[in-house]
Amino acid sequence: MYKLWLIPALPFIGFLINGIFGRRLSKTVINAVAVLSVVLSFLWVVKTGFASDWGAKELHSHYFTWIQSGNFRVGWNYSVDKLTMIMLMIVTGIGSLIHIYSTGYMAHEEGYYRFFAYLNLFMFFMLTLVLAGNYLLLFVGWEGVGLCSYLLIGFYFVKKSATNAGNKAFIVNRIGDFGFSLAIFLIVVNFGTLEFRPVFAAAPGKPVETLTAIALLLLVGAAGKSAQIPLYVWLPDAMEGPTPVSALIHAATMVTAGVYMCTRSAAIFTHAPIAMETVALIGLATAVFAATIGITQYDIKKVFAYSTVSQLGYMFLGVGVGAFSAGIWHLMTHAFFKALLFLGAGSVIHACHGEQDMRHMGGLRKYAPITMWTLLCASLAISGVPPLAGFWSKDAILVATYQHAPWMFWVGAATAGITAFYVFRAFFMTFLGEYKGHGHPHESPASMWAPLVALAALSIGGGYFFNVPKILSGMFPLAEEPDNPMLLAVSIGVGVLGIAIAYYMYVVNTELPARVASAFGSLYTLVYNKYFVDEVYDAAIVHPIVEGSTTVLWHGVDQGVIDGIVNGVGYQSRGIGGILRLVQSGNIRSYATWVVLGSVALLLVLGIAKGAF
Amino acid sequence: MDLFAFLLFAFIAVICAVNVVLQRHPIASALSLVGVMGSLAVLYLLLGAEFIAMAQIIVYAGAIMVLFVFVIMLLNAGTEERRGRSWLAQILGLPAMLALLGLLCFFAYRSFPDAGFAKFGDFRGGTAAEVGMALFTDYLLPFEVTSILILIAIVGAIVLARKELE
Amino acid sequence: MEPSDALKLLQNGVPISWYLTLSAVLFATGVAGFLFRRNIITVFMCIELMLNAVNLSFIAFAHQHRQVSGQLFTFFVMVVAAAEAAVGLAIILTVFRNRSTLNIDEINTLRN
Repeated sequence: MYKLWLIPALPFIGFLINGIFGRRLSKTVINAVAVLSVVLSFLWVVKTGFASDWGAKELHSHYFTWIQSGNFRVGWNYSVDKLTMIMLMIVTGIGSLIHIYSTGYMAHEEGYYRFFAYLNLFMFFMLTLVLAGNYLLLFVGWEGVGLCSYLLIGFYFVKKSATNAGNKAFIVNRIGDFGFSLAIFLIVVNFGTLEFRPVFAAAPGKPVETLTAIALLLLVGAAGKSAQIPLYVWLPDAMEGPTPVSALIHAATMVTAGVYMCTRSAAIFTHAPIAMETVALIGLATAVFAATIGITQYDIKKVFAYSTVSQLGYMFLGVGVGAFSAGIWHLMTHAFFKALLFLGAGSVIHACHGEQDMRHMGGLRKYAPITMWTLLCASLAISGVPPLAGFWSKDAILVATYQHAPWMFWVGAATAGITAFYVFRAFFMTFLGEYKGHGHPHESPASMWAPLVALAALSIGGGYFFNVPKILSGMFPLAEEPDNPMLLAVSIGVGVLGIAIAYYMYVVNTELPARVASAFGSLYTLVYNKYFVDEVYDAAIVHPIVEGSTTVLWHGVDQGVIDGIVNGVGYQSRGIGGILRLVQSGNIRSYATWVVLGSVALLLVLGIAKGAF
Repeated sequence: MDLFAFLLFAFIAVICAVNVVLQRHPIASALSLVGVMGSLAVLYLLLGAEFIAMAQIIVYAGAIMVLFVFVIMLLNAGTEERRGRSWLAQILGLPAMLALLGLLCFFAYRSFPDAGFAKFGDFRGGTAAEVGMALFTDYLLPFEVTSILILIAIVGAIVLARKELE
Repeated sequence: MEPSDALKLLQNGVPISWYLTLSAVLFATGVAGFLFRRNIITVFMCIELMLNAVNLSFIAFAHQHRQVSGQLFTFFVMVVAAAEAAVGLAIILTVFRNRSTLNIDEINTLRN
């Protein structure tokens, strides 16, 4: 009666229409189909929200039994509760805005219909992931979004770097998925079912070791999808895809699937303290690590990519210290301002006719004012300046971290300062100063700046008006917060400090960055080259596997054993044939002798069989 | 009386058969074969197959063997040469043949210990009338097919044996 | 053989198994000729000898079972033997024309 299936089905229909007929449709029709399917899905989500009192009334729909084997059943179940409602609003809402933006951004690109088909397919899988009522259906959505990510990263498939990036994303994700699969197997073995409600109800009664193992394996999966250490390496390369893809998939929705999954599995995680600690540590380490890389990059999209990795680290930190709703709050606000940052970067790139290196930008405030003002809102939000969205969620996480372990708070605070620094470095380099590029930059069309304005509004007010911990207080009880004004001061202070330093280095004294870089010499080189992580992975893991595969599996097994067996059978046949050929001597008398011998043998056999002897 | 007749003509048949194999000139072999067929015809008579016995004399001894003799004369086949090149036949041939003979005789005695006796006059169903009746009713199809077979043989023999066209 | 057995033979006629043995002997003789003679025409005649031996077998069984079918089979064997003799001799003529030899060992171009 709630027709929950409509929510993912509408984008899927859009995918089918655009995918099958897109080649022959005009751009207007493709736009209409793609955008409408997502907007209608959003409207249906809103309707479902009203019908279910925004998730207070839990809705569960069972469509059919997918797997039935003995006592084990898995059904195609959609369920909606408050957490799902939040995720649905984010995915469909921001998805709609980005679809509208893409009609402008991709207007002159090849494969227009293919892009929107893939984007709609992605929406279908992401919505399936969020609506899933059991781990297997979640995994279906999980894999599906990974597939769409691969398709969209490698959208410009004629570029080798794009296809390589697509491969890298898919393969690294696969490693995470392997961990996830193992976790699912463990759940099946220990709980006998994959449905969320029974599993979470039975979780407290299971031994800690089992829950820890499951939780750690789930973390491996989440680390792959949400780009945490050590599986983050695909996200910066994923910037090869078109910018709306980076905004939708690699900022707002897909990469948050890991955080969502961990929050959904809170019942398992909270009973496995070791796993929680691991989550927190990995989140914190990733946050710091990525932030430091972000301060040296010159490609505007790469800066934001590392920023995404860092902010995801914050979300995991929140989840790890037990502040699940704070982590989801940050997921929401991050979706607002990071999508805005990426779309704004897309607008900047569009303005500079495809230029992505910030050293060739500058002075764009004169040419693209709307972009500048909206990006300013996003930058302030991510730096944690009150009362914008980012401040509320980041502060909530930091407060919870302080209560868990004070040293983590200080590291997190320092990272917040670095965050503010690199974001405003990018802002100042892009919009202030003099234009250092070629040609005439221009403002983007309305289809592009309208979503920017909408997202800017959300970045400003989204944190204050959508108080996620209060919304989710039924699922995750609000913790007692001791009133510690120091934490508030530190949190705001590092943000302002970061902005100030960035202003000084990139507006006032523009010679300073180069001198600082040369002063730090080798350390700067290390950070600029992303700590050579990709090179280390390549040498330690990729190269041995490829070499081993070539030598052992290809030459050894495939060519040697398998081809050897097949060819060997052929040679044997020839050999035997060669021997049997000698019977054909052409001499009639020897043929006759063979006949007689044969008939003697036949008579003997018949005689023995009939028992004549 | 049957016994003596049988023994006599069986003896003649075997002697002539061995002669076919041992003679060096093909004409002598052919004439010995005629002798075999003649004695076999008598044995058929003893077994009550009058029609077949006559057919044997007329067709086999009278037509086929004449054909053989014609061909031998046509080809002017002389005595056989001594050269032989089939090691297999020479080494394995004799044992194989003896084995075959032994097995057949063994089966003949083992499988048919009480097959009964053949007395002249016991079976009167071999008259021309009987044979004709069966031939034109029960076995009509094979009969027609064999007539076609003979036609094919005629055509084939003519085609194969004529002089090549220039 | 005891006198009673000989008397039985004189009274009852010839045992069928003797006919079969004679047939076997004639057949074996034909096989021997086929294997050991080198002249094609002689080999052919040994084939005819084998066919005749088989004919004797059929007639003997026809007598035993008191049915005429065995004799009919002999009839057909004779017809086929005639046709085969005709065609076979024609082939031998052709081979002689091409090879000028009647030695069976020298007609071996179908080797290997």
